[in-house]
Amino acid sequence: MNIVVTLKQTFDTEAKIALKDGKIDDAGVKQIINPYDEFAIEEALKITEADGGEVILVSVGGSETVIRTGLAMGADRAVIVSDPELADVDEWAGAEALAKAIGTLEYDFIIGGRIAVDDGSAQVGIRLAEALGIPSVSSILKLEIADGKATAVREIDGGTETIEVPLPSVLTAQKGLNEPRLPSMKGIMAAKRKEIKTLTLADLGTSAAELAAKAKITDYSLPTPRTAGKVIPGEPAEAAAELARLLREEAKVI
Amino acid sequence: MDFQLTEEHDMIRDTVRDFAENRCGPGAEERDENEEFPVDLWHEAAELGLSGITFPEDFGGAGMDYISYAICVEELSRVDPSMGVTISAHSSLGSNPINLFGTDEQKEKYLTPLATGEKLGAFGLTESMAGTDASGTRTTAVLDGDEYVINGSKLFITNGYYADTYVITAQMDKEKGNKGISMFIIEKDTPGFTFGKKEKKMGIRSSATYELIFENCRIPKENMLGEQGKGFKQALTTLDYGRIGIASQALGIAQGSYELALKYSKERTQFGKTLSEFQITQFKLADMEIKIDAARLLVYKAAWIADAHHTEGSGVTAADVSKSAAIAKTFASETANEVARQGVQILGGYGYTRDYAAERFMRDAKITEIYEGTSEAQRMVIASHILRD
Amino acid sequence: MSQGIWIFIEHAKGDIRKVSLELLSQGRILADEKGEELVAVILGKDAAALADTVGAYGADKAVVVEDEKLAGYTTGAYTSALNTVIRKLEPSALLLGNTAIGKDLAPRLAQRLGVGMASDVTGIVSDADHVLSFKRPVYAGKAFADLVLTETPVIATVRPNTFPVAGADASKKAEVITENVEIGAEDLRAIVKEIALAASERPELIEADIIVSGGRGMKGPENYVILEELADVIGAAVGASRAAVDAGWIDQKFQVGQTGKTVSPTLYIAAGISGAIQHLAGMGSSKVIVAINKDPEANIFTLADYGIVGDLFEIVPLLTEEFKKLNA
Repeated sequence: MNIVVTLKQTFDTEAKIALKDGKIDDAGVKQIINPYDEFAIEEALKITEADGGEVILVSVGGSETVIRTGLAMGADRAVIVSDPELADVDEWAGAEALAKAIGTLEYDFIIGGRIAVDDGSAQVGIRLAEALGIPSVSSILKLEIADGKATAVREIDGGTETIEVPLPSVLTAQKGLNEPRLPSMKGIMAAKRKEIKTLTLADLGTSAAELAAKAKITDYSLPTPRTAGKVIPGEPAEAAAELARLLREEAKVI
Repeated sequence: MDFQLTEEHDMIRDTVRDFAENRCGPGAEERDENEEFPVDLWHEAAELGLSGITFPEDFGGAGMDYISYAICVEELSRVDPSMGVTISAHSSLGSNPINLFGTDEQKEKYLTPLATGEKLGAFGLTESMAGTDASGTRTTAVLDGDEYVINGSKLFITNGYYADTYVITAQMDKEKGNKGISMFIIEKDTPGFTFGKKEKKMGIRSSATYELIFENCRIPKENMLGEQGKGFKQALTTLDYGRIGIASQALGIAQGSYELALKYSKERTQFGKTLSEFQITQFKLADMEIKIDAARLLVYKAAWIADAHHTEGSGVTAADVSKSAAIAKTFASETANEVARQGVQILGGYGYTRDYAAERFMRDAKITEIYEGTSEAQRMVIASHILRD
Repeated sequence: MSQGIWIFIEHAKGDIRKVSLELLSQGRILADEKGEELVAVILGKDAAALADTVGAYGADKAVVVEDEKLAGYTTGAYTSALNTVIRKLEPSALLLGNTAIGKDLAPRLAQRLGVGMASDVTGIVSDADHVLSFKRPVYAGKAFADLVLTETPVIATVRPNTFPVAGADASKKAEVITENVEIGAEDLRAIVKEIALAASERPELIEADIIVSGGRGMKGPENYVILEELADVIGAAVGASRAAVDAGWIDQKFQVGQTGKTVSPTLYIAAGISGAIQHLAGMGSSKVIVAINKDPEANIFTLADYGIVGDLFEIVPLLTEEFKKLNA
């Protein structure tokens, strides 16, 4: 079973966000693998460890350093689409580029994170399935692969649903699918020797013009910070009564 | 001159930091309180390969450099200094003598399971009458047929009781003094090998410290490690490398204390300002940062020298390793104590309570000035190198 | 020239979801500004029955697609049906709720139509040229991006509780346009084997007006009952911080925060939650935040509108009693 894992480099979730020249400032920000993509890598590794096969990481953009962390976790090799011409990749273009890169590979199914913690769009995995003309199951919490089919439990509002799809398909991982492993010392050493192939847009038979974004960001802003309100003093009973009163009479929310 | 760590070093830091914060951190306070050695966490650390960082891949290790090892012990100690010394004592003291002085057969049999973490290691040098002055060694080894018979006891043994494999020193010929001392490998559960009391300590309370007792303990002849009569010298060499581990532990303690104080100072308000807005706090934080930065440079330099010594044609001698490790340990351990003390001070009354890790760091810091050679002994080592030239 | 603001109507058991009513209300405003019509698009088995309701909430027209194969949501069938009617009727915009269905359907549809899309939108403005600009959180709410989409229809999923629901006017009727679509085998490759809905009388977390949430301070799973009692008295949903979920006290589906649900209720009551940045990412857009925590230094107090420093095990039951009295 060969599994393609799509991954994206994102800011560390602890990173402070600041604006510079109207854009998000990435100076000095630690870059990591999108945490949801780690669920995808873990799931792929669990399956290939049990049944054999290869785990291939595919990323549009991202540095070798960050992608190599995925190899240190145990993935076999990686493909990065990297091109100086490729700026402002929107979800449509990202999916198109991934589809072209994955088109050159042999695989049984594709899994990625359901959302990236930077843009928070949660679109690319699903779009990728459409670009490849294969089914998708998004936001999965459980996965079983057998007889050329994937049976996945996905999160829906108020519960879960179990979906069966033929392979190849795209699955997107939700938190709860598994607990991703840390790269071991041996994994880190082995990752040095694993292949990372870099493909340009020309290699994929496309161009920056062809992949021009359809979603354009016109401005970034920072949220107005909330400020501390009232701390209600007094004995517990008094404070609780006062809080109930304020919520009803002042804030008018109950 | 290049101060840039490699991609692998960064990855190691990320892995160990994640493990330390998410696995070691949550129960650290409770384990300190209960003086409980975390057997499960040791197994988890071994699974990540923290048990054999510097050992050759042929013998189950990761084949990484000493800087990787320093980063590992530093990151563990930043959260849980007891875990830091468990790994340090296992690697530098319990396993490294076999790596440095063992035959291929001994390495295959003993180093491999230690490096993979299947087994935990410990080292027995100190005795009641032999501390800094190791020449007071009273434990004896006598050859009887194909076996050595060991008698005596070893004190303050880190990882004692929980360790599976012990490297100890014993006197074979009292007349020869230090040159009568040899090193031996002894496995747990060998008849005649038992454990004495568990030490009740000021700090690193979830690291196990036990007395080892040998009463007509018979071990196979082939368990002598290195050359007969070279045990004392081998022990000193072992400690030279071990000090890199303890220096790293001290560095981690300093870093952990500092980060806690920094965070607290930005949150705690007094007189309508955060503590960090007071110049007196700012100066304390700046002093901490200066010392930690200096300590880190010394620790990584000592690690770099240890690696260079093993590199063909580097010209770096064993004496260089000894001197730089002693300097790093002295400075880092004194930094840990100073920073941890100021950390408690910044947290004030809260710092003195067990609600915060500040007081635990302060208690844990003290031992780094004592074990694997006191700061006084380090100065003796450093002076001997200076004056020898 | 494409024309019409379309609202995708989510419904279950004959009821329209609140988020769809919010979108109809906001869609009415946008349609009036742009001088376009507001269209509700309703897919399902008995979709036509909802036409009166969408009319009452402001829709000029209701595009109704009825088909057995649309009885329950599946990615393939819904994408195919919407793609067909959109290509035929050419709306200028399609708004969906950022719900489980919206999040799954909209990207697939957008890719099939070859258009851009805005996810988890928290603000929409129509500029001087009537171009819609979408505001949406990025970096887990630590920043916002404004974006425009260059091709029609523009598609966006909107975070529930972002827009208020305007009053219904039963005298207003929507013109019903019935469309038939071809749903082929290719659209039905995914099979829903089972749907397991939690038997809860409480509102769905992402749509709830009030959320009562517990964190590390809850100390154990058995204590959630005091939050549930409060929640039931004030009609709230129950949430949790990551600390409580990771400790195994409460199921992950209740988690609010960066790696959990993003919520925007009118009132968010945080009990025993310290207010880590990852948690704030999931509830920072709540209108009123209440913090109950025994640690006066807890970060949550720096942004709570009302706070009580105290033992939640004392305060929460007292609060429940107070609301019972007020309700009586």
